[in-house]
Amino acid sequence: MSGSLRGLMMFALVAGLIGLTGVMQGWNSALVILNMGLVSAIMALGVNLQWGFAGLFNVGVMGFVALGGLAAVLISMPPTTEAWAAGGGRMALAMIAGAATILAAIFVWRRMAPGRRRALAMLAVITVGFIFYRFLFGPARDAIEAVNPAGTGYLGGMSLPILLAWPVGGVLAAGAAWLIGKTALGLRSDYLAIATLGIAEIVIALMRNEDWLSRGVKNVVGLPRPMPFETDLQSDPAFVAQAESLGLTAVEWSTLYVKLGYTALFTVVLVALLVLAQLALASPWGRMMRAIRDNETAAEAMGKNVKARHLQIFILGSAICGLAGAMMTTLDGQLTPGSYQPLRFTFLIWVMVIVGGSGNNFGAVLGGFLIWFLWVQVEPMGLWVLTTLTAPLPDSSAFKEHLLASAPQMRLLTMGVVLLVVLRFYPRGLLPER
Amino acid sequence: MDALNALVAFANFVLVPALAYGSQLALGALGVTLIYGILRFSNFAHGDTMAFGAMVTILLTWAFQAMGLSIAPLPTALLALPFGILATAALVYVTDRTVYRFYRRAKAAPVMLVIVSMGVMFVMNGLVRFIIGPESQSFADGARFLITAREFREMTGLAEGLAIRTSQAITLVTAVIVVAGLFWFLNRTRTGKSMRAYSDNEDLALLSGINPERVVAVTWVLVAALATIAGTLYGLDKGFRPFTYFQLLLPIFASAIVGGLGNPLGAIAGGYVIAFSEVTITYAWKKVLTYLVPETLEPSGLVQLLSTEYKYAVSFAILVIVLLFRPTGLFRGKAV
Amino acid sequence: MIVVEDLHMHFGGFRAVDGASLSIETGTITGLIGPNGAGKTTLFNAIAGDLKPTSGRVTMSGEDITGLPPHALFGRGLLRTFQVAHEFATMTVRENLMMVPGHQAGETLWNVWTARGRIASEEKALARKADEVLEFLTISHLADERAGNLSGGQKKLLELGRTMMVEAKIVFLDEVGAGVNRTLLRTIGDAIAELNRERGYTFCMIEHDMEFIGRLCDPVICMAEGKVLAEGTIDEIKADERVIEAYLGTGLKNKISQEAAQ
Repeated sequence: MSGSLRGLMMFALVAGLIGLTGVMQGWNSALVILNMGLVSAIMALGVNLQWGFAGLFNVGVMGFVALGGLAAVLISMPPTTEAWAAGGGRMALAMIAGAATILAAIFVWRRMAPGRRRALAMLAVITVGFIFYRFLFGPARDAIEAVNPAGTGYLGGMSLPILLAWPVGGVLAAGAAWLIGKTALGLRSDYLAIATLGIAEIVIALMRNEDWLSRGVKNVVGLPRPMPFETDLQSDPAFVAQAESLGLTAVEWSTLYVKLGYTALFTVVLVALLVLAQLALASPWGRMMRAIRDNETAAEAMGKNVKARHLQIFILGSAICGLAGAMMTTLDGQLTPGSYQPLRFTFLIWVMVIVGGSGNNFGAVLGGFLIWFLWVQVEPMGLWVLTTLTAPLPDSSAFKEHLLASAPQMRLLTMGVVLLVVLRFYPRGLLPER
Repeated sequence: MDALNALVAFANFVLVPALAYGSQLALGALGVTLIYGILRFSNFAHGDTMAFGAMVTILLTWAFQAMGLSIAPLPTALLALPFGILATAALVYVTDRTVYRFYRRAKAAPVMLVIVSMGVMFVMNGLVRFIIGPESQSFADGARFLITAREFREMTGLAEGLAIRTSQAITLVTAVIVVAGLFWFLNRTRTGKSMRAYSDNEDLALLSGINPERVVAVTWVLVAALATIAGTLYGLDKGFRPFTYFQLLLPIFASAIVGGLGNPLGAIAGGYVIAFSEVTITYAWKKVLTYLVPETLEPSGLVQLLSTEYKYAVSFAILVIVLLFRPTGLFRGKAV
Repeated sequence: MIVVEDLHMHFGGFRAVDGASLSIETGTITGLIGPNGAGKTTLFNAIAGDLKPTSGRVTMSGEDITGLPPHALFGRGLLRTFQVAHEFATMTVRENLMMVPGHQAGETLWNVWTARGRIASEEKALARKADEVLEFLTISHLADERAGNLSGGQKKLLELGRTMMVEAKIVFLDEVGAGVNRTLLRTIGDAIAELNRERGYTFCMIEHDMEFIGRLCDPVICMAEGKVLAEGTIDEIKADERVIEAYLGTGLKNKISQEAAQ
């Protein structure tokens, strides 16, 4: 079977599964799956760029996704003017002081001759800088967080259109990737993995605890939406008429309408990224990347700056994850730092890429849809299986009760088994590279 | 007197907790480093192996408690521990046979095995959550304290108390016994020596007639024992919750890498380095400083460098610093 | 062209290169010989930037190039091949050649999306050049084969071909003849001689095949135990007592004396 035919059939299968969901569980559920599937496909595209094209082992996807979510808040939410008045200026100074300390430390390190004096000088710079930073930071944070803590208690955003947050999320993630790449690229692949894992944990810890920035676990809710509110649509007579002509109630059509709007937006982004990625892969740039992946030493000897190229693709892949993160937060309409879990936002994306076929953009996209579908549907399927299996047991059985209560945990088990089976029998994924 | 009080406060809030935590990390890192040395990959499933071992131990502890078995004042969990080790050893051995062996035979790249271990991680994580649920569980019983802060104060007449929890004492004692046993095994027994030979030079070891499958099997059993012990001790000390074991992956890997991947001695040193850094950097030093500096200089703030939520940032920062300046770790590891 | 001054390359306590000094003159084909473990490949790696020398200096046309990364050396016209062929296995032979030239417009990501016309014409020129090189090396029929499927000797040819895609100044060949059959070896030898004569390439090659060396190289440098032992024409080297001493035990002394007797 030729590659493209196989690809078409696989995508048809996914479409069929989502269609089946629509028929059996309602089109609302189907669209919910489809929309997150689109976001997942974009994340998988980003990871595939890094792993499939360049062999970079990034297990910090969650961190980049979360940064995208933070961008959505910082761009779209209204600024909290009292909080800015209370501590905004001082906070800005604190950030500048922190950055200046780091720059000064790097400057000392670069300019002074190696030896004990350099180490002491750097330690002195960091100590003084840190004390000064804490002197500025502490009161600023307390002042900001004291402003209406139940409602705001943070600096807020910039009141800009939320769609702008998507590219900004990408840029934020790219900046973080640049920092990590500068230090960790060039290390062995396992070390890069641990380093990215650590960075992701730190990003999440920051978002959970720096209430002045992201409200922490108090969450930011009610983000502005690129789509109209369902209730507004329902009160529009023209819209109601449209719903009637489709044979739906206004409530039904409004929920579908809004979700379809997101579907359209996300599809545009996915298709654009896919086209750009395919063009890049088929170009001399892609040829260079494949050469680097095939044999780094030879590529370096043939004049290719391997480290710079790795940094470039690491930044690009991470930026795509950041973009997807901003899109996801837009879809959710809220930022909930407590909900970022590495199994869901890092390792699940990896399952998508490996199962779909690393090195093949279409494979990654397919994996994104398919694995997301499974992730959502395993829970009801697992419940159904367990209910059927435990049917003979009496209702009062503690064992039965435990099994039924544990059904949601079937997800992780299933993902692990799917990953292991694919790795064993289709090590190159469902849609292999070339 | 003030200096003595400062010392006691330091011991109470930094020394004892860090020693206990460091022992737990060291035991975890030993498992990671053994796998790296013998099977040559970074095992992402290690945290969840610890969780599995601890879970089996907890379930048996409950069973023993229900039967009225007890070794008070020691926690019943110690009685259940050997069975937990057996169950975990069986699980990882079966995993090796059904999953890892295939890739070992195919001479797959190490990074492939890392990805495979991600799959195993999912399965084990799912198993643990499926069986015992994602919530936290308590299973510690027996005497809670070896010595309480009040007893210590009454005994010594100092203003500061030093509390030593049973779990902390048990952790330290167990860690010392386990590490001594492990090193005796590696250095004195035939199997241990062949493991070290295999770790140093696989080809040479094969030529000298060492059976690689046996070495691998023994390694997994050792790793299962280490993981179960580390997981149970951590659970006794800090409470059991499946997700925390996944999060332990970062400090454990940091310990193993900081010490030098593949080097058992390094893993132990790394564990304590990471634990002490985490505790000292996230501890509020105000109490200790109050005793040491004249009243006029008394600190107004907590003198806490980082809040405890950022403890993972500490292990990460130390990891990065070591990797930048000494890529093979404090003790020479295998990795470059 | 290349001057190496007192170069040291130590690994822990082991001194793979232990104070080697030599110079490679412009326009020559310089041979580098020596018994196994003499430090030839390590010296190559240190010159070509794959290893950072422990101490010592390497200059190219008077400029210090010590410790520059390989891609920077490529930019200065210093190229190399590898002892074990380093082909790009999943790419075709033609692609292996086309990836070589630096500063391709299509290597900049932005151009990939915006300057497609320019890239297309550039690619056409590159493909033509690659086909010329393949014809020169008499392997035109392999153009669309995956490089990973080639024989060992063909891979060596391909590596030599890669150096022909740009105007190189000096090319370091690490055992280009090892494991290559007689016919292919002749093709490689002819290509080297012609590149040297027609395009002014300077070569420095590590070789064990004395006949191959004798046919191509002048001068020949002999290394042993990390140091340069002797330098001269092939006949001078063969007659040098110290060289024979260094090869003692490898059977070469007998071989050389047999040859001398004939």
